[in-house]
Amino acid sequence: MTAAAAPAGSLAELASRPGRETPLSALARRCLIGISVAFLAALLLAPLAVVFAAAFHDGLQAYRRTFADPDTQAAIRLTLATALVVVPVSTVFGLAAAWSIAKFEFRGKSLAITLIDLPVAVSPVISGMLFVLLFGMRGWFGAWLAANGISIVFATPGIMIATLFVTFPYVARELIPLMQQLGNDEEEAAITLGAGAWMTFFRVTLPKIRWGLLYGVILCNARTIGEFGAVSVVSGHIRGLTNTVPLAIEALYDDYDYTGAFALASLLTLLAVATLVLKSLVERTGYRRR
Amino acid sequence: MRDGQPTVLPGFGLTLGFTTFFLSAVVLLPLATLVLLTASTPLRQLLDAVASPRAFAAYQLSFGGALIAACINSVFGFIIAWTLARYEFPGRRLMDAVIDMPFALPTAVSGIALTAVFSANGWLGRYLDMAGIHVAYTRLGVILAMTLIGMPFAVRTVQPALLEVQRDLEDAAETLGAGRSYVFRRVIVPAVLPALLTGFTLAFARALGEYGSVIFISGNLPMKTEITPLLIVIHLQEFDYRGAAALGFVMLAASFVILLTINLLQAWGRDRMIRRAQ
Repeated sequence: MTAAAAPAGSLAELASRPGRETPLSALARRCLIGISVAFLAALLLAPLAVVFAAAFHDGLQAYRRTFADPDTQAAIRLTLATALVVVPVSTVFGLAAAWSIAKFEFRGKSLAITLIDLPVAVSPVISGMLFVLLFGMRGWFGAWLAANGISIVFATPGIMIATLFVTFPYVARELIPLMQQLGNDEEEAAITLGAGAWMTFFRVTLPKIRWGLLYGVILCNARTIGEFGAVSVVSGHIRGLTNTVPLAIEALYDDYDYTGAFALASLLTLLAVATLVLKSLVERTGYRRR
Repeated sequence: MRDGQPTVLPGFGLTLGFTTFFLSAVVLLPLATLVLLTASTPLRQLLDAVASPRAFAAYQLSFGGALIAACINSVFGFIIAWTLARYEFPGRRLMDAVIDMPFALPTAVSGIALTAVFSANGWLGRYLDMAGIHVAYTRLGVILAMTLIGMPFAVRTVQPALLEVQRDLEDAAETLGAGRSYVFRRVIVPAVLPALLTGFTLAFARALGEYGSVIFISGNLPMKTEITPLLIVIHLQEFDYRGAAALGFVMLAASFVILLTINLLQAWGRDRMIRRAQ
């Protein structure tokens, strides 16, 4: 055990506090660790492993063939384009919302916070449906859009806006409590001493919130790339045109092309693992979720 | 924050203006569409969509399944959070990082992967099948997917609360002769109860709305393994916007109640913390 080297009050020190370990508590410890490991292995690790096992089931050649397919490449391009639009917009919104909500008092603040929380609590299918009701063929603006030759639903703009609805809260929800906790004193000092608004933001606020911002952007990006329900409703599933990567996985799976589906899934799985690694690295800088 | 006092800080108009515009355009306007469309639907048509036997079967599976999944998650979430918070063992940091996997992994991927593991010839499914337990394409599969998707919420809310329980208090109770089960019931459970209930509610909300990971393993049989979000998708595919909106309204109302419950639980938890500190 590393307990001897651990600083007083640390987890390791608490966990191995001398004199507390009885035969019964040792048994309980083993059982609880065992249950946790078994539960996570069945529910998390087995599905993760099966993705790669199935992806390489027919060998490397078959794996590569999936990525040579033009429809797959189009799906990857569409997902990247969506992330390139949605993540920056969510970031700008998150910064603006956190600045106004954390630094000022105004009427309707709790309504604003509720509206930011709402998309996270709502089924992704409903999120997508909202935009079909607005822009779909029989939606509110459907006739007008059709008359003007603009397509939103079953096209890229619809995919982007539905994804935005689902993922914009992640940066804001990370920054609002962080900025509330950090307070206004340093910004007020900078302004009083004659710094401009943008200089105060870039030189005082941004360095303080950078890890929180990065954390929010990482979560937002992961959700954007993986969003399925909302996008599925607005996309129309046109292969090579309106299929994002998760939708392309569904299309391959429904065609019984399991190797292809899992090969594409392995790409997203690697991305998810990278997300978790980045998240852990940010947490290690001392930035912790509250 | 000084309530009502003017501050020297700039940017209020710009940031609030942008926030208001964004929230109005992206959230309020679409929500208003849903509410108005539902409100303007003739009652007869509304009831056809919302109160049909098929809809009731879907509610039963969605709400019932989410409830069972949230219960499973509360039990195992507590055990996992306890393990992570109280024990030091090799692989603890890895386990801690892996908890968030269902959150980071796209739902379509977890859906097809769960189906592969638990189908009749899958890694775990074949043994369960031998025991007569069929997971894939049954209600059990729906509950399993709902459990996976809600798990991080249950663990992540309880974990910090367990770390905050004052070990001194536990030690004091034990020194005064309290048994371990007494300490557990009277010191630990009261301290983590609000967090446990919040985690339960969050896991329930997530499971209720989940679509991607459920539809692959459920088999989507009407009246049997069809969840409410899927029923909404089916209405939309048939261009029955009013029916879809009505069902969406029911689920939205449920989400509002859940959000309200979470806020009340958190307020209750804060009150308890303050009272305990006094």
